[in-house]
Amino acid sequence: MPDRKCIIHAKLLDVMLHRLCHQLIENHANFEETVLLGLQPRGIYFANRIQRRLKKILNKEIDKGYLDTTFHRDDFRRRDSPLTPNKTDVPFLVEDKNVILLDDVLYTGRSVRAALDAMVTFGRPRKVELMVLIDRKYTRHLPIEPDYVGRAVNTIDSQRVLVEWEEQNEEDGVWITSKATT
Amino acid sequence: MATETTTQTLRSPHLLGIKDLSVEEIQLIFSTADQFKDVLNRPIKKVPSLRDVTIANIFFENSTRTRLSFELAEKRLSADVVNFSSSSSSVKKGETLLDTVNNILAMKVDMVVMRHASPGAPHFLARHIDANIVNAGDGTHEHPTQALLDTYSIYERFGQVAGKKVVIVGDIMHSRVALSNIFALQKLGAEVMVCGPATLLPKYITELGIQATLDLREALEWCDIANILRIQLERQQVKYFPSLREYSLYYGVNKKLLDSLGKSITIMHPGPINRGVELNSDVADSDQAIILDQVENGVAIRMAVLYLLASQIKKTE
Repeated sequence: MPDRKCIIHAKLLDVMLHRLCHQLIENHANFEETVLLGLQPRGIYFANRIQRRLKKILNKEIDKGYLDTTFHRDDFRRRDSPLTPNKTDVPFLVEDKNVILLDDVLYTGRSVRAALDAMVTFGRPRKVELMVLIDRKYTRHLPIEPDYVGRAVNTIDSQRVLVEWEEQNEEDGVWITSKATT
Repeated sequence: MATETTTQTLRSPHLLGIKDLSVEEIQLIFSTADQFKDVLNRPIKKVPSLRDVTIANIFFENSTRTRLSFELAEKRLSADVVNFSSSSSSVKKGETLLDTVNNILAMKVDMVVMRHASPGAPHFLARHIDANIVNAGDGTHEHPTQALLDTYSIYERFGQVAGKKVVIVGDIMHSRVALSNIFALQKLGAEVMVCGPATLLPKYITELGIQATLDLREALEWCDIANILRIQLERQQVKYFPSLREYSLYYGVNKKLLDSLGKSITIMHPGPINRGVELNSDVADSDQAIILDQVENGVAIRMAVLYLLASQIKKTE
């Protein structure tokens, strides 16, 4: 596969996950009223990792759900490829909770907008924060910014940022590819 | 339920019958319905996907369940809905089908859900007008969404449809549910048998690759699932059997009969039930019957169909 560049390797990713967890702990202390929501399809691996690591540090299981935004997207009937829904699994109400939305890559911000819509069908949260592993700078279509960022990167539109996890592939890592090759 | 789907879209912009669907397309509808079933169990049972789509429900025949189910599915997808029934319309004044539908479409309607007494009416419309058509039953021909929800209910109950033995009992001759179900079950790999009085079994029905029997007891002993149909008196121009009482004696399913089989079979019915004729209350209200599950799944299946078809409406630039 040509044009494939690793920008974050497994070891660095591990350090980043560790830092992100401690940033969360700084703001949420014991996670009494805090839940994690991973965005389908790829944010759920990130959410799983964060939850697992927080459990190791705090010795405590933090509520976690998967949120699918397909039915709330604004590009239904406007894109060439069809939108295929994934499973939403939110086994709690978000009413009056602090919600942390997690996704692997923040690009145009449209998925996050759809996620905010999808989330309120499970109640009215007290506060919502956004954590992303990769923030693609200067690419936003909407006024949405993350609260916690693993790494901000400069990319151009013809590129794609791909976060791979051990669970799906061989190894953890973040790659930049050109769109044509994916 | 996790379904493996290999296709991501339906080939046709219409749903006219099960006959035209591929196995992959049926599985795509099922896996999409899984997600909508999940939506229907949330505190807020609505998603905004079809916000800018207008759907006309055109019913030239009476219907309670199907129409309500379609309307709910449309509303839960946030579509705009207009309803039309022939009893209160200009059809009575002599307007043709094409004119009626074209007039409705002139008001900027994107999709049409139609039930009509003539077989092939939705196919005719699909050839002549520019809108997505969903067949909600055309005469004695097909009723695709009913067959989809029936097979989906089997799928949900047993985890798979392939290898299951399904018997369809009753008025096979006049039933669109029977024909659509036969197609759907066969495509998904189930074995199918039909059972009913000789006058109500079409002469060449076994040409479809299914079995036929006149003996209800034999049919029930063979099957895992029995789909019991209503006698469609409104479609019968002549008498096909001496009396409803006699039909009920030979083909009515009751608890005593089921208990004597020595095994437990699942009972389905597309509604409306004529209690005491084809199905007794002691069966219809028992745990063996999944009749209300069928109704619940109907909304999810119809949401999935409308969602998948709507994605083929011309893109707004």
